[in-house]
Amino acid sequence: MGLDKSIYSKVLVIGSGPIVIGQAAEFDYAGTQACKSLREEGIETILVNSNPATIMTDEDIADKIYIEPLTVEVISRIISIEKPDGILPTLGGQTALNLAVDLDESGVLETYDVDLMGTSVETIKMAEDRELFREMLVEIAEPVPLSKTVSNIEEALVLKEEIGMPLVVRPAYTLGGTGGGIVYTEDQFQDIVSNGLSASPIGQVLIEKSLIGWKEIEYEVIRDGSDNCITICNMENIDPMGVHTGDSIVVAPSQTLTDKEYQMLRSASIKIIRSLKVEGGCNVQLALKPSNLVAKALNNVSEDDPEYYVIEVNPRVSRSSALASKATGYPIARVAAKIACGKRLDEIDNQVTGSTLASFEPSLDYCVVKIPRWPFDKFAEGDRSLGTQMKATGEVMGIERSFEAAFMKAIRSLEITGRSMLWEPPNSNANDFNKFSSQVGSLISLGPTDERMWAVMKSLRLQTKPDELSKQTGIDPWFTRSFARIVSIEKEIIKGNLDDVLLRRAKRFGLSDAIIGKLSNLKSEEIRNLRISLGIKPVYKMVDTCAGEFEATTSYFYSTYEQENEAIPLGGEKAIVIGSGPIRIGQGIEFDYCSVHAAWALQEDKFKSIMINSNPETVSTDFDTSDRLYFEPLDDESVRDIIDNESNGNDSLTPVVVQFGGQTAINLSQSLDEVNVPILGSSAESIDIASDRHLFEDFLSDIGIPNPPGSAVSNVRDAINVANEVGYPVLVRPSYVLGGRGMEIVQNDVELTKFLNSALETASGRDILIDKYFEGREVEVDAVCDGETVVIPGIMEHVERAGVHSGDSLAIYPTQTLSDSEIKTIVDYTEKIALALNTNGLINIQFVVLGGHPYRSFKDKGADYDIENLDTKVYVLEVNPRSSRTVPFISKVTGVPLVKLAIKSMLGQKLKNNGFTSGLVESQKLVAVKAPVFSMSKLSGVDTYLGPEMKSTGEVMGIDFEFGSAVSKALISSGLNLSRGSGVLLSVADKDKPDLKYLLEDLSKTDCKLFATEGTAKVISEFGLRVNQIPKKIDEGHPNVLDIIENGSVGAVINTITGDRETLQDGFLIRRAAVEKRIPCFTSVDTARAALAILSQDSDAYNVSSITGYRTG
Amino acid sequence: MNRTKAKSLVLEDGSTYGGFQFGGSEFAYGEVVFNTSMTGYQEILTDPSYAGQIVVSTYPIIGNYGVNDKDFESDKIQVSGFVVREYCDFPSHNDSNNDIDGFLRSQNIGGLAGIDTRALTKKIRTSGVMMGAIVDTGEVEQIKKRFNKLPKYDDVDYVSKVTTDSQYDFISKPPSEIIKDCTIVVDDYGVKRNILRILESRGCRVVVVPAMSSAEEVLNLKPDGIVISPGPGDPELLKHLVVKTKKLMGKLPILGICLGNQVLGCAMGGKTFKLPFGHRGGNHPVKDLVSGKVSITAQNHGYALDAESLPSNVEVTHINLNDGTVEGIRHNELPIMGIQFHSEASPGPLDNEYLFDRFLDLIKNVQVL
Repeated sequence: MGLDKSIYSKVLVIGSGPIVIGQAAEFDYAGTQACKSLREEGIETILVNSNPATIMTDEDIADKIYIEPLTVEVISRIISIEKPDGILPTLGGQTALNLAVDLDESGVLETYDVDLMGTSVETIKMAEDRELFREMLVEIAEPVPLSKTVSNIEEALVLKEEIGMPLVVRPAYTLGGTGGGIVYTEDQFQDIVSNGLSASPIGQVLIEKSLIGWKEIEYEVIRDGSDNCITICNMENIDPMGVHTGDSIVVAPSQTLTDKEYQMLRSASIKIIRSLKVEGGCNVQLALKPSNLVAKALNNVSEDDPEYYVIEVNPRVSRSSALASKATGYPIARVAAKIACGKRLDEIDNQVTGSTLASFEPSLDYCVVKIPRWPFDKFAEGDRSLGTQMKATGEVMGIERSFEAAFMKAIRSLEITGRSMLWEPPNSNANDFNKFSSQVGSLISLGPTDERMWAVMKSLRLQTKPDELSKQTGIDPWFTRSFARIVSIEKEIIKGNLDDVLLRRAKRFGLSDAIIGKLSNLKSEEIRNLRISLGIKPVYKMVDTCAGEFEATTSYFYSTYEQENEAIPLGGEKAIVIGSGPIRIGQGIEFDYCSVHAAWALQEDKFKSIMINSNPETVSTDFDTSDRLYFEPLDDESVRDIIDNESNGNDSLTPVVVQFGGQTAINLSQSLDEVNVPILGSSAESIDIASDRHLFEDFLSDIGIPNPPGSAVSNVRDAINVANEVGYPVLVRPSYVLGGRGMEIVQNDVELTKFLNSALETASGRDILIDKYFEGREVEVDAVCDGETVVIPGIMEHVERAGVHSGDSLAIYPTQTLSDSEIKTIVDYTEKIALALNTNGLINIQFVVLGGHPYRSFKDKGADYDIENLDTKVYVLEVNPRSSRTVPFISKVTGVPLVKLAIKSMLGQKLKNNGFTSGLVESQKLVAVKAPVFSMSKLSGVDTYLGPEMKSTGEVMGIDFEFGSAVSKALISSGLNLSRGSGVLLSVADKDKPDLKYLLEDLSKTDCKLFATEGTAKVISEFGLRVNQIPKKIDEGHPNVLDIIENGSVGAVINTITGDRETLQDGFLIRRAAVEKRIPCFTSVDTARAALAILSQDSDAYNVSSITGYRTG
Repeated sequence: MNRTKAKSLVLEDGSTYGGFQFGGSEFAYGEVVFNTSMTGYQEILTDPSYAGQIVVSTYPIIGNYGVNDKDFESDKIQVSGFVVREYCDFPSHNDSNNDIDGFLRSQNIGGLAGIDTRALTKKIRTSGVMMGAIVDTGEVEQIKKRFNKLPKYDDVDYVSKVTTDSQYDFISKPPSEIIKDCTIVVDDYGVKRNILRILESRGCRVVVVPAMSSAEEVLNLKPDGIVISPGPGDPELLKHLVVKTKKLMGKLPILGICLGNQVLGCAMGGKTFKLPFGHRGGNHPVKDLVSGKVSITAQNHGYALDAESLPSNVEVTHINLNDGTVEGIRHNELPIMGIQFHSEASPGPLDNEYLFDRFLDLIKNVQVL
């Protein structure tokens, strides 16, 4: 075993790139586990990923880390440098899998004699190419729904007649079902098919019989090279067929299948995987005949149908694998990596029990429920309907000993403000489920949205029978009856006899203290006190892979209301790290990165680290990341219960770390502080000062640091007064928000009033902040402070002017256009603020530099103005005494381990004793650019323009020795790169027209063909460039703006907006068209300039090097 | 869930687990064992190998798909008692015609719900299996005193209680679908129907005989092979069956399954021992030492063959990867094979039906010779 078994000595692992819808943190988890697993085998491991916010791109995860674009060219160059003998592409999602196929087809693998480890290209193609897959299934006599692959609309029409509607359209080779859909009517047919064709990189879609309403079941399968094949677990989608599994509420194990059905589908899955010859982990999706009750309401279930159909296979580790790993405790990625090295399942140990082997099937003695986290709290205008195209950005998981309690835990974990299980969609009633009925004809209404669960509960409260709901939604009656049981407990509590028995029962059903309180007109705290006085406290049970059959050594727990507590308080010094919950826009994987590092740093200083998190996709919830993992919702109740359990009745409570879990953890700081929970690092008071508008203003004025004038208000009249006092434009936002949620720049009283009317609702009682909006250069700093020393690893300058959310900006390290005196001021302010705020740990400050030249060139530093003699002023925009989104980025490029230093400082060590002094750390001789990545093609109806509200789902990094090549790589990785000679459509708002000349100067140096709308075209002509004027209005003749986007005449769109709502609507269609066509759409002149700047230089001249290589020059 | 009568499970060492009654009101007494299968409760309840045992389900939600006509492994519930965390009284399945509570009540089999089954499982894991009783919570102290007067599992010959009274031909298919390539006699120690179904579907005439039938009676049926079935209890008590099996050895091909495997092993000169808490579930990895492959098996046994005790002409063909115990044997000279696990599944993975084919091949080879 071990070394002598592996046929590889050096392996390249491909990561999955930026977080986008359909490909999230699960691949950081998988990749990290794989790297660890390979290194255990003594294999030299090289990793490439473009995403700096990941644990896997940490220098101690692999022997060498490349943070470079995931393109064939770059990977080829890495292969030529490193000369690996194997390449592992099955743990980096669809991105890595597609790259592997490309590398093979381009002959790179052959040239360098590199093996594709584990699953072969033939297998990948057979699983991914729908026609080949279908043929294979027919050959092994597995049932497949009637279907065919087509590559044009004419073929599709013929097929439609053959199969009949409803039909499913699935594009080949895409992530998260991008571009697919269900066709109910003739009208939809053309649209959905052409969409799918353009979404598929190979221009193919599969059209098949719709199995909408059938039960959707998944199996996670692992097979080794010796044909040993096992299933790790099965999962049942509560939302039946028709909703993408990534958007479905999922339960594991299956709840409504008999053993005969369970085994029938298990055997089918194994048979398919054996036939495909997958080596490693993979996932099989199947559709099982629904309950008769549901079937009667459908027109696609008949006697002639087989018991089940095979839907699809992912010949790689997937989102479901991560879920299955966390649901069972079985580390699929770890085992898959070892299999790829040539090991057999019975040669791999089960690390959880420490005494058994990887060749067994986990047995669960609990139930898990996964609920997707959708971005519609941010994109209220987006199309909320769920179908074959995934829309969720993340997910949560609840573990409990009953289905209802697991479900309720998962709902609590979603962290949607103001939306507990008791929330009711305002306009929904039972009939809402029928809103698609006109489309689906005799089919039952299956048009769910992200709010369906709440609507189901509301409907049950209104006395709708569970079976009736099942008929309408296709959800199996077992689930609707379970939901009805929750409602019946709610009703019992409302009746008012909250005695010991009822309270205990409610807790066993998973009702939170807050919900019980609301139903019984008591405060959550009163319920907590009542139940504790009655001895109703949760116990913690272990996730051990074997249902208690063997002794297990892992420390992975969940709470439940039972007798025996297995989580005996950890001895010795310890601290709890509060994680960041589900991945959502504004709170992404960066915070998981920080949480993981916090746990590791605690361990390094001999503290036991205890992690709490609710997100199954992450590294933080891996069983060996911390000394103990509590998989629990991140709310007050759960966290306090865990603290109580760890404190074991002692007066000295176990301390918590709240700095690393984003807003989730920070939001808990005040309530934990109130009950005397010790908070490591900056105090709740410091946090409050930074978050509370009034306190913050006083604080800044006391230390003499300016911020944009403004005030906190709670009504419209005050708001208008403040706005007029400071002068428009103003930036308005609710306090305590995430990712700029609900934030806008408004230009006048009318817009302000409009904004306030909706914002006051979102703010749920908190103030609205109104600030003067300064359109200057935005600068961001992360620093660590121990109360004496303030270490600033680097300053990041944004490409886009203030007003674009920092998470959506291109950020550059080190600064490229700031004067020495501006930098000095920023450093000085940072030190002052950190010290005055009594910061202990991390702090993030955002500045705006106002004045001077309107556009500072990154390329020609100081070319047409004297940068050192600008009359500028630095304002502080925001202070966050916690880790920020940029912490992983700045840690990686500077090599300063920010999180580790923060933990050391919290534990009382001094930074100076660790070799650091106050001030800005000397700049590295490299340039790194962080670029945002959006998932807009998956979110129809969402406007893509950049503004104060964050919209990106992920990020990439371009790093090189020069600015041009660094930004070039960042844009390649984020899909914002322009190609030479392509057409560019410009439609620029009046306010941006003065800046247009800088852009045109850049454009004049390229060979781009220009297209523009009327006003913009005029400016371009006057500037002296050739331009094709295109009608903006759709009804003003052809080709119009949409035509030239759709027919490929342009390869990029530059479209800036004004705050004016009407104009916004005009541009919306242009921006969406660009998104659908998958071409870059720049809504900030600054971003566009950065992209164009590269075109006018020798763009191909970028380096490829490991991150250490860049730092050591 | 109806919170009816307070009931408790009392173990012979005095440990008590308080819950409430479900199923029948009959006093339930037996060896307390746990099963880790997540599905298949109906098959487990009707498996005769569980006679004399109170079964604890480690999966906490039992009864979701109700009870149907198809999933019977014998014609009645065989367990002495059934312990769950939670049972479902609102089953949802097309085949369901009863719920688990009603099913147990209809046969007056005592159940206990609402207890911390994981704590109980860990107790059994660490202390080993022991006798236990489900009683009214008010009677806990009384039963503690009565334990030493009650029979112990290891002392009871359960095979004689569960075997068929008289010989019968197993026929489940319409006559038109029946092929009769060969005749298999199944020595019924407590057979599961799925063994019979599998043999039938492989073209065998299946004759089931009572365990007390003699070797001569079996041979008089002129079978092509014999399957010695699984069943309940300690093989040490079955000396008469060991003797009978010895007489059959060498006369015709034999397949022993589970208890049948143990008796076969004893007949070949081996010994058995009691496992601390048995193997019961559907996830046990077994390595086929002949092919080198690992498969996942359904298991239900409290005793195992001692590998050391087996004579040199008996080869161990399968081992359990969790604890290394013997999971399959074959005779080096005679057409005899035994497997400790349930290749017939039901419940459990279907990976091991190939062993029936291996046995039927054995028969064919003998016939050729």
